[in-house]
Amino acid sequence: MSAHVHSTFRRIMPQLIILIAVLFLNFLVFPDFFRIEFQHGRLFGNLIDVLNRGAPTALLCIGMTLVIATKGIDLSVGAVMAIAGAVAASLVVDGHSWQTALLGALAVGAICGLWNGVLVAVLRIQPIVATLVLMVAGRGIAQLVTEGTILTFVNPGLIHLGAGTVIGIPTPILIWIALGLLVTAVVRKTALGMLIEAIGINESSSRLAGINSRVLIVSVYLISGFCAALAGVIVAADIKGADANNAGLWLELDAILAVVIGGNSLLGGRFSILASLIGALIIQSVNSVILLSGMPPEFNLVIKALIIIAILVIQSPTVKHALYILRASAEPLPSDPIKEAKESPQ
Amino acid sequence: MKLKAMLIAGAMSLAPMTAHAADLTIGFSQIGSESGWRAAETTVTKQEAEKRGIDLKFADAQQKQENQIKALRSFIAQGVDAILLAPVVATGWDEVLEEAKDAEIPVVLLDRTVDAPDDLYMTAVTSDLVHEGRVAGKWLADEMAGAKCDIVELQGTTGSSPAIDRKKGFEEGIAGNDNLNIVRSQTGDFTRSQGKVVMESFLKAVGGENICALYAHNDDMAVGAIQAIKEAGLKPGEDIKIVSIDSVPDIHLAMANGEANATIELTPNMAGPALDALEAYLADGTKPAKWIQTESKLYTLKDDNMAIYEMKKDLGY
Repeated sequence: MSAHVHSTFRRIMPQLIILIAVLFLNFLVFPDFFRIEFQHGRLFGNLIDVLNRGAPTALLCIGMTLVIATKGIDLSVGAVMAIAGAVAASLVVDGHSWQTALLGALAVGAICGLWNGVLVAVLRIQPIVATLVLMVAGRGIAQLVTEGTILTFVNPGLIHLGAGTVIGIPTPILIWIALGLLVTAVVRKTALGMLIEAIGINESSSRLAGINSRVLIVSVYLISGFCAALAGVIVAADIKGADANNAGLWLELDAILAVVIGGNSLLGGRFSILASLIGALIIQSVNSVILLSGMPPEFNLVIKALIIIAILVIQSPTVKHALYILRASAEPLPSDPIKEAKESPQ
Repeated sequence: MKLKAMLIAGAMSLAPMTAHAADLTIGFSQIGSESGWRAAETTVTKQEAEKRGIDLKFADAQQKQENQIKALRSFIAQGVDAILLAPVVATGWDEVLEEAKDAEIPVVLLDRTVDAPDDLYMTAVTSDLVHEGRVAGKWLADEMAGAKCDIVELQGTTGSSPAIDRKKGFEEGIAGNDNLNIVRSQTGDFTRSQGKVVMESFLKAVGGENICALYAHNDDMAVGAIQAIKEAGLKPGEDIKIVSIDSVPDIHLAMANGEANATIELTPNMAGPALDALEAYLADGTKPAKWIQTESKLYTLKDDNMAIYEMKKDLGY
C-alpha cells in the first residue's frame, strides 16, 4: 500500500512542483494571496477562488482524461455544457424542482456522450471529427432551448449548486473533488483503468485479448458527457442564468490542456486523473496571476501562453531526459532506471 | 414562440408579392440573431413597420454575407421601395449596392456601416459608441460631485470596437475630475460569468471597501459583477455604484432592486429613425444626413425601472 502511495506521489511530483511554482508567482504579484478568511458564512480568499473557478475545467478533465486514455478526444464538452445549462434552466423556469432539473441536465449530457461514443466506437469515425459535430451543433441546440436569450432563474436549490456553500466551502469545489475521487476509485480499485489503458495502447490486441473495447469506449464518452453536463449546470447556477452563446466557450481546449499538463499522452495509454486535476488547478492559477497582476488585458493571452509554454517545455521528454542524464552523472544511478524511463510520457 | 414567428416571417418573405400590398414595401436584411440585442432589434423593426402600415419583407442571413447579398438581389428583383440593411461585415458590398442604385432603390444601413463610397447608400443609422461611454463617465462625475472615487472597469472583448470606443468615451467623460480614478481595468469578454469572475478578483486585489464605483462596458458583465459583490458581503448600488451600457431588461430589474445605478441605452430601435427618413424621402425627396445618430438615453434610479423591465422583457433580449 505504501509503495502504491509512493508511486502515485512520484507520478504527480512534476505537476505538484509546477502548481506550487505558479501559486508562488501569485504570491509575488499579490502578497495576500494565501490569506483565507471566514466571512458572511463562507470561506473567502484567492486560494478558494482558484479551487472554485477551476471547477468547470476540473470536472471536464475527469472525463477528458479517460477519453484521451483510449486515444480519443472530446471536443464537444463546451457545447454540452451549454446544452445542459440550458436544459436545467428551462426546467426550473417551467416550474420543476431543482432535482428534476439536475437529473434532466445530466441525462441530456449522458445522451450527448452516448452519441459521441456511438459515432466513435460503432461507426468508427475519427474522434476529433465525430465530436466536432456536436461541438458545432451543440451551441445551436442550446440556443433553441433558451430561445436565444439568457434564460435567468431564481430557484434557490439550483443556484446553490453553483453559488452556494456547504459548511462554508463553495459547492462546486466539493462537487469536483467528490466526482474526481469517485471516478478514480472506480477505475483504479477495479481493472477498468487498466482495460482503458490497454485500448489506448493497442485497441486491436486488447480486443483479441478479450476486452470489449466498443462498450468501454462508448462508456468513456458517456462519462465525459456526464461530467460536461455537471460543469454546465454549475456554470449556469453560478450566474443564475443559462447563457447559450458563452457558457463553456473554448473550455474544451482548457480541459485538453489540463490533461496534457497532467503529463498524460494524447496518444492514449497510461493516465492519471489526479495529475489532470492538478493540471486544471495550474491553469486556473495562471488565470489568477493574470487577474491579480493588474496588467492591461491586451497582455492576458501573451502571459498565459508564456507560462504554459514554460510548463510544457519543462515536461517535454527531451528536457526530462537531459535532467535525468545530469542527475545520473552527478550521483550514483537510481535503483531502477528502466522503471523511471517508463513513467515519462510517451 | 420566437421560432414560430421567425418561420412565419421567413415564409412571408419567400411568398410571392401579394396584390393587396400596403403603401410601401421595404426589404430588411438582418444579420441573424447572435445576441439578445439583435433579436430585440428584429422585433422592434417589425413593430415599427407595422405601426406605419409598411409591408416589411424580412430576411435572416444567419451571419453570412452571401445570404445578405442574395436577399438584397431578391429585394431588387421584387422591386421593393427601399431596403434596410444591417451589414454583417464592412467590406464587399460595392457591387450589390451599385445594383440597388441602378434600380433606384434607396438603401439605409442599420447599426453598422460599410466600407463603400457613400453615394451607394442613402444614410446610416448607428449609435455612437464613444458617446455612450462619455454619457456613463459624465453621469458618474455628476453623481460623485467632487468626492474621491476609485473606479474599476470591466472591459468588453479585448480589441473589439465597442470595448475600445466605450473605454475611450468613459475616459473622456471623467477627464478633468481628479477625484475620479480608474484603479483596475480588465476584460470580462462581455459575458456574465467572466464579469463575475473578474469582479471577484477586483474585490480581493483592491479590497471591496476601496472600490467606489464599477463601470462595465455592457450590462451582462455588470449583472455578473453584482452577484460577486453580493457574495463578498457588500451592497451593490450602495457600497459600490454601478454604471453600464446597453439597457437590457435584467439590468433594469437590478436597478428596480437598487442593485445598479445607471445604464445607457443602446437602442434596438434603429428602424424608427430609418423609416422616418425613408418616408420623408419617398414622399417629397428630402435627403437625410449621411449619418443618423441614435439617442444614447441615460436611465437612472429615478426612472420606473420595473415598468421598463416589463416593457423590454418581451422584445426578445
